[in-house]
Amino acid sequence: MREKLTYGLALGAAAMFTYTLYRILLMLPDELMQGAIYRIMFFHIPAGIIGMIGFFVSMTMSVWYLSSKDLKFDSLAASVVEVAVLFACINIVTGSIWARIIWGVWWTWDYRLTSQLVCVLIFFGYLALRRAIDEPTQRARLSAALNIFGCVDVVIVWKSIEWFRNNHPGPVLSIRTGGGQMDPRMDHTVYLNLIPLLLTGIALVLVRTRQEATAREIDSLRRLAHAAA
Amino acid sequence: MAAKDLAIEVRTKESINAAGAFSIAILLIFSFAFDPFSDSMHEFAGGLLWIAFAFAGALVFNRGFARELPNECLDALLSSPLSASSLVLGKALANFVMLIAVELISLFVFGIFYNINWVKHPWALAATLALATWGIAVLGSVFGAMTVNLRLRELMLPVIIYPLLIPLLIGAIEFTTILLGVDPIASSDWLWPKLLLLYDVVFTAVSILLADTILVN
Amino acid sequence: MGTDAIAVRQLWKYYGDYPALREITLDIAQGSCCALLGRNGAGKTTLLRILAGLSPYQQGEVNLFGQSPRGRGARRTAGFLGHGIGVYEDLTATENLAFFARVHGLSDVSATVARWLKRVGLERVAKMPVRQFSRGMRQRLALARAFQHAPQVLLLDEPFTSLDDKAIAMLSELLTEARLRGATIVLSTHQLREALAIASDVALIENGKLRYSGERTPEMLSDPTLLYRLHTELGAD
Repeated sequence: MREKLTYGLALGAAAMFTYTLYRILLMLPDELMQGAIYRIMFFHIPAGIIGMIGFFVSMTMSVWYLSSKDLKFDSLAASVVEVAVLFACINIVTGSIWARIIWGVWWTWDYRLTSQLVCVLIFFGYLALRRAIDEPTQRARLSAALNIFGCVDVVIVWKSIEWFRNNHPGPVLSIRTGGGQMDPRMDHTVYLNLIPLLLTGIALVLVRTRQEATAREIDSLRRLAHAAA
Repeated sequence: MAAKDLAIEVRTKESINAAGAFSIAILLIFSFAFDPFSDSMHEFAGGLLWIAFAFAGALVFNRGFARELPNECLDALLSSPLSASSLVLGKALANFVMLIAVELISLFVFGIFYNINWVKHPWALAATLALATWGIAVLGSVFGAMTVNLRLRELMLPVIIYPLLIPLLIGAIEFTTILLGVDPIASSDWLWPKLLLLYDVVFTAVSILLADTILVN
Repeated sequence: MGTDAIAVRQLWKYYGDYPALREITLDIAQGSCCALLGRNGAGKTTLLRILAGLSPYQQGEVNLFGQSPRGRGARRTAGFLGHGIGVYEDLTATENLAFFARVHGLSDVSATVARWLKRVGLERVAKMPVRQFSRGMRQRLALARAFQHAPQVLLLDEPFTSLDDKAIAMLSELLTEARLRGATIVLSTHQLREALAIASDVALIENGKLRYSGERTPEMLSDPTLLYRLHTELGAD
């Protein structure tokens, strides 16, 4: 059942990608100010959105785990964090490439990119913590607690870096570099491309959760073997 | 709880000595990186100080819960009527006092090394030190508790804590730089102490809520 | 409730997906002394730690005098002695006992501490840091720490292990006293003889399951391995 769902999602994502890529590469014209490179935003923006959503979904999973003590939610939380970090990294890398082309530098300390980077670091800490704990229940409890701290911090990080940038102005990465309105077709395409990316993300989460469940099974078999020995 | 930790610290002086020496070493190294006599020293002053404090702080709270491990004192404490949140807050308080001591010494040395006048706005500076240090102390205490039983404790603690501390450090650095600088404090500058206060309130609350979850394992 | 100091119902504890304790249901009456028996890894320490509020559990109910083990009331009445001595190396004997006395909310701290130091024969080294104590001295200080707040429930994890003769004698004395004032004692042990001598009840745990619980009979005293032979199965259940 789950495998069918995973394959279904992957196929759906692939199908939508064909359409959106067609739109992005062939249908839409080059942007006035930025040339061809602006198309990277069709991945940059949705990836950023998915990353952020992912972090908060994982916090919900962690809270659910703490109240229900069902390890299934812990696996979900961890898998969602992994996928969210992946998308956040895609957001950062595409942003960096974009900055290089538009501004000539690899990193502009744009407040959104910087905040995203800090969030990635916070959740790297989460993943590092998980790797450092062998016992599954302890790992679940402690990483759930860290997840909550992390997500609360994410909100404060975004706000504080934004305020910092207000004091120390610098280049801002935006598709609206020319100012003014964005062509509605471009707007739509950004959100359109969100869908296949999201589907891919969910498929990845399902795969990872399955792996986590298997790992837990192996761990408990090992304990059983030791107890019988 | 805090009194007990401070009593041990006074006797052994392990944390404060190490942290103090480390902080001064950092300030010294920075003198080779930046020109201590340049006029723009004011702009870097806040950042330098808080970098030194943040890293010296790691030495202090690494010891925090580790102190409870020999002889399984942590078990004795957890099975006592002391609530887990009292334990965490008590440690935070002890960390706070130790860190403030290190900071005051460093501030003094810093003033001498870099010819910075830090008595211009003494109360505001004191408040900033207190607010920011409390945030560092609380997180150091909570995550010290979390990592106390882990293999790579000394490595894990900084990896987890520093990204989380970034908003706090931004607020501290910005406001300290303003306080040590030449311009008067603008009304918009009070944003930063408010950020520190928000951070402290939020994370102290979260720590109290999650103390039991983290310690009883 | 009623005359039960400790009530455990359908307790399950998991490490990941592996059940370390399975469906444990056990009642320990007030004033009784229950010996928890079982091989290494059977789950005795796990159960004791849950009773002491040191370990969480996933399913079931655990009550000490009707309260959850993590509850303040339960922790106030309980005294736990684990494998470690639970005292700080850098503090003196007096400071250690005073700290724990305050933590337990005892009223006349200095008098209590002085009394207990005398009781365990450490009054002459009261001002010495524990770091300089001999092993026997540390064990006696640990006993003072665990007993000084007159706990109504005593949870002892293999208390006779690694105690010297003087300390064993002291422990037995303290346990007898505790029973006389109506305290409930749960102790886990390998040392069948000592445990069966003072126990009023026994509980046998194997592979996380409770195999037997009931009164300690005279037959058990004369043949300590009787329980194991009657109630355990070779290999996994």
